[in-house]
Parts: sequence; structure tokens; C-alpha cells
Amino acid sequence: MSYSLRPSLVLLRFIALASVLVFSSSSPPKQLSVYSKAANYSVAVVERNNTDYLGLLELLEPLGTVGVQVNGDRWKFRYKDVEADFVGGRMRVRVAGSDLDLPAAFVLENNRGLVPISGLGVLLPRILGGPITLNLTGRRLFLGDVAIHFTAVAIKTAPPKLVMNFGSPVNPMIATEPGKLEMMFTHDAVVAPGSQTLTFDSKAIPSATFEESNGMAKLLVTTTVPAMANFSNDGRTITITAVAPPAPPASVPPSLPTAALTAPPPAVASSEARVSASATAHVFVVIDPAHGGDESGAALTDQLPEKNVTLAFARRLRTLFDLRGLSAWLARDGDLTLSPDQRAAMSNASGAALYISVHATSEGNGVRLYTALMPSGGQNQGWFLDWETAQSSFEGLSQTAAASVATGLESKRVPVRSLSAPLRPLNNLVMAAFAIEIGPESRDVSQLSSPEYQLRLGEAVVSGVADISDQLEAHRK
Amino acid sequence: MIPRHLIIAVAALGIMASGMSLYVWRMRGTVAQTAAITPNTQPVAPPAAGPTEQVTLYVAYDDGGMLRSRPARIPLPSGRQERAEELLRALVAIYLGKPSPHVLGAGSEIRGVYLADPGLAVIDLNAAFANGHRSGVLVEELTLASLVATLAANIPAIARVKILVDGKERDSLAGHVDLTAFYDVSRVDQLVTQLTIEP
Repeated sequence: MSYSLRPSLVLLRFIALASVLVFSSSSPPKQLSVYSKAANYSVAVVERNNTDYLGLLELLEPLGTVGVQVNGDRWKFRYKDVEADFVGGRMRVRVAGSDLDLPAAFVLENNRGLVPISGLGVLLPRILGGPITLNLTGRRLFLGDVAIHFTAVAIKTAPPKLVMNFGSPVNPMIATEPGKLEMMFTHDAVVAPGSQTLTFDSKAIPSATFEESNGMAKLLVTTTVPAMANFSNDGRTITITAVAPPAPPASVPPSLPTAALTAPPPAVASSEARVSASATAHVFVVIDPAHGGDESGAALTDQLPEKNVTLAFARRLRTLFDLRGLSAWLARDGDLTLSPDQRAAMSNASGAALYISVHATSEGNGVRLYTALMPSGGQNQGWFLDWETAQSSFEGLSQTAAASVATGLESKRVPVRSLSAPLRPLNNLVMAAFAIEIGPESRDVSQLSSPEYQLRLGEAVVSGVADISDQLEAHRK
Repeated sequence: MIPRHLIIAVAALGIMASGMSLYVWRMRGTVAQTAAITPNTQPVAPPAAGPTEQVTLYVAYDDGGMLRSRPARIPLPSGRQERAEELLRALVAIYLGKPSPHVLGAGSEIRGVYLADPGLAVIDLNAAFANGHRSGVLVEELTLASLVATLAANIPAIARVKILVDGKERDSLAGHVDLTAFYDVSRVDQLVTQLTIEP
């Protein structure tokens, strides 16, 4: 009888296992996020006997030297100079010569030691020798004084703004939807303010709520109008700005149908500020400081990466455009890593009339302006434009814009050269687009950081753009 | 009682699964052995010898950020593909010489040039070429234009060029010039014209 039952049991187990695999893939895996001065990371959480467990070795390995000895049911663990003895199936643990009880039994699986998460509050201070803060419901573990606090203040300007100041630089993933702007802090030790719900004296941005779950913190800002987020102060300040609703469809020239691009949707990096099309519909020019984050660009000197100069000059350009009454938006307003596809997708979604990519060099002298050198091929399919050659129908306008800026620079006696270049994302943009590469006038690279030099160049660029703003506006998508 | 045919079917599935596992395990071993082979960093072909021919090289000059055509006599083999490789190696030799008009990183080499149908040339650079290249829009595009223009000027019927690094696609040469695209020689010719004008 037992022989005849085995195949059926095998089949049933196979079906059960397949079902678990299929259905479990729909929900995100459980994890515990760890924040410490050495590193911020996540550890997988597993369930045993209806209790959440994690591997002690995986938890402490990023923090220091660890070692394990297994002898039958005994699991001897060492972290730096601290030894801990565990026994499979037992709740009692001996750490640094004294006993303590875990809330659930220690589990030994294939030489891997699992401890209940709820026991970390008593276990880790003994092993690490310092205070910890464990948020069990949010599955977040803070080792030492690493929590990042923040304040949020609504400012009644036109447009209204919500300014959030954080204790340390943060890098949330930002998404906007009608009625809300969501910030997901995956690797930042941001903690709740005094209250989980914040209310503001602002009709445009009435409230925000803070939630923690599965190792992540989420700040949900409620808005009654489209909003966009900007980073400043090296990532310590996030400003949420309410913007006017998009213009009615009737204002779109009938000759310019809203074209979709045939590119695959770019992957959203954790550092990306994703902005909806409606959020920036009023923007005239997108200024894109090249490089950023992990990608430093050229080393202009040993201490000066290109990404720092491009951001500083882009911010100066934004101020100068604003003073001229031409609204400007920075594709990157902090030390963020953005791919060319992400830059193009955000800029195209903004509906701006002009895109300027900012580069810097220590070689040559003066300024170089580049329009797109289009790659080979590219077949538009009806209303869908080929991603690689999306700029094709704007080549003439881009050259006009670059020529006008060249005239502005020449009027300021700045040496200028106009070229084409295979420089992404210029070829992916559906608006007038050019890149500006600023270089020093002489061999003195420090001039690139000089406010006076940047102001002189910036005024010339803005003057050149302003001269053809009507022409650019007429071609806005 | 489980029917006999069901038992046979389950047993057959089990044998098949075991066989496939064994096969996958053997394949994994093969891949691991392949990956363990040390990459050959030596030049892929000896320098060509024999009668020399007159060619036109498009040489980049960092001083002024320009491209200039320069006649040269170099030994060229008879094969079209080998000729393309020797042309670009002669160009790289100029850049690696002293004094250099356009400095490349030490160890920069052309691994190969592949002429594919129809009119496509694939230039394969070694990793040292890209990793040691200076970063900047102009300095990178001078290299690209120099390679493409030299190839197109001396090897007939090349219409498009693609550049690989160590046989793989790379996002950019050194952070600026895009290497993911195929470039029309006619488009690059326009850039060459711009780069030959005194700034």
C-alpha cells in the first residue's frame, strides 16, 4: 500500500511546489533593511514556524569579520572578538559568556544559522556592543545613531512649494501620479517625524503621510495640482513645487500630433527623479548637467570632476533663464546617476521647447556647441518615432538654436566652435536640442569654477536662446 | 491503487529530468573551462610586410582640435579585411608614437576589422584603447572620425561603421561619444568636413 501511494504523493508535492513558486512570485520578497555607519543594505527574511527569521551571518558580514563553526546541532558564531553559541531548536543562546533567551528557537539549516527577527533587539546589542533601534513592523534596523530626521515646511509662494530638509543627503525614488507624489526611500535611514501624518496650510499641497513597510520608508505627498520634485543642497533638500495644470489640448498646433516614441520604457533607477508629463508642461527649457552620481565624466583636475562643473553651470543657467522669464528645469539637481535614456524620457515628457546638455572640458579654449550627429537607420512607424533618430525632424531648429547661442557668445568675445557630435541623448529628443561644452579661455582649468566666468558664459547662452524663443515656442510639441 | 501507466509515466519523467540535469551540469563545466582561459593580450596578427602602397590617413590633432588628411606609404596585404586592419593599425601607431598628435592610452590596439555584408565595417578595439582614452566630447569624436574616415577613404564600398570594444558593445568611448549606434559614413563625412575647418 505504501508503495502504491508514493507516486501520488510525489505528484501532489510537485503540484504544491509549483503552485507556491507561481503564486509567491507575485508579491515582493520579505526583507529587512539595515542602516549603519559602515553600510546600508538589505537581508532576505524567511518564514519558519510562522515566525520571521534571517541568517545571522548574512546580517553581520557587511559590518565586520565573521566566522562560523558547526558541530552537530551546535553553531558557534564569531563577530570580531565576540563569540556566540547557538544550538539548533533551542531558544537559549550564550553570547560573550552570558546567557540570553530568544523569543523563538534558533534554526540550523544546512549549516546556516537563522535567528528570529524579533530576537535581534536582545541579541545584537550584546554582539555589536552598542545600541540598536529595531522597527519590527517596518522591518528596518538602525545600528547606532544613523537615523535621518527631516522637516517639511509649506511655503506660500507662486507657485506654492513644500520644502523638506533632511539631516543627511537622501536619494529617494520619486514617482508622480494625479493627486500624489510618492518618495520611496530604499537605502536612506529616513525616520518618521513626530506624527505619521503631516498637514500643511496649503490648498495645493495639503498633507503628507509617512509609512514604513518591508524595509522601505515611503513619504506620500498629497497634491491637488500636478507637482514636481527638485533636489538641492547636495541632496539634503527636496522641494516639491506645485505647477499649473497643463494647457488644454486646443493649444497644441494641429500640425504637430502627439508622437509616441518607440523606445522601451527606460528602467527607473533608484536615483531617478521621475516626472510626469503634466508636471513640467510649462517648462520652456530643460537643462541637463551631464554625468553625475557613479559617472563622474572627465577628471578636469585631480580634485575637480566634470559632473561638479556641469551641475554648477546648469544651476547658474537656470537662474539666468528664470530672470529672463523663461522657465527652466534641471534634469539633474543633485549628484544622481541617470542614463541617457532616462534623461531623454524625462525631457521629452516635459514638453519643453529646448534641451541643453551641459559638458565641461579642460582641453581647448572657449566653448563648443554640438548638435546631434544622427546614427544610421531609423524607421518611423506612423505616429511612432524611432528612438535612435527621434531628433531628425528637429535638426534644423537645433542648428538654428546653437547658431543663435554662438552669436551670443561671440558678442561676449568668447571663442566658440559649432560641430555635430554622436552624443546621447541628443538624437533621442523631440525638441530643439544642443550640447554646450565649456572650456577655459586659457590653460587655467580653475576658470571653469569661477562664478564670473560662468556668469559671462551663462548670460551669453541665455541671450542667444532668448533671441529665438518665439521660434522655439512655435515648434513646441 | 495507482494505475500502472501513471507509474511508468512518472518514472520516465524522472529519468528525463535526471538526464537533463546531468547534461546541464556538464555544460556548466564547459562554460567554466571556457571562461577560465586567459585572454590573449598579444597583437592578433603580425605586422604586414611586402610592397608598400600609397594611402590617405585622417589624423587627429589635439592642438586645434582638427582632423587633417595625410598621405602615407604602408605595406598592405591583399585581402580586403586585412588591408582595413593594417590601415587602422598604421593610424594607431601614429597616435602611440612620440611626439603624438593625438595621444592614446598605452596598449591601445585594433583587435580586428570585420567587413560584413553589405557595406558594413565593424571595428573592434581592445579594452586598453577605450579604458585609456581621454574623456571629452571633442577628443573622443576626433578618434571616431579619424578611424571611420581613414577606413572609408581607402576601402571602397563601406557605407556604415560600428565600433566594438573587446568584441562587445560599449555605451561610449570614454563617457561621451556614443558607441551603441551604427554610423553612416556620409554623416561622418559631414563631421570630418567640420573638423577639417580651422576653428
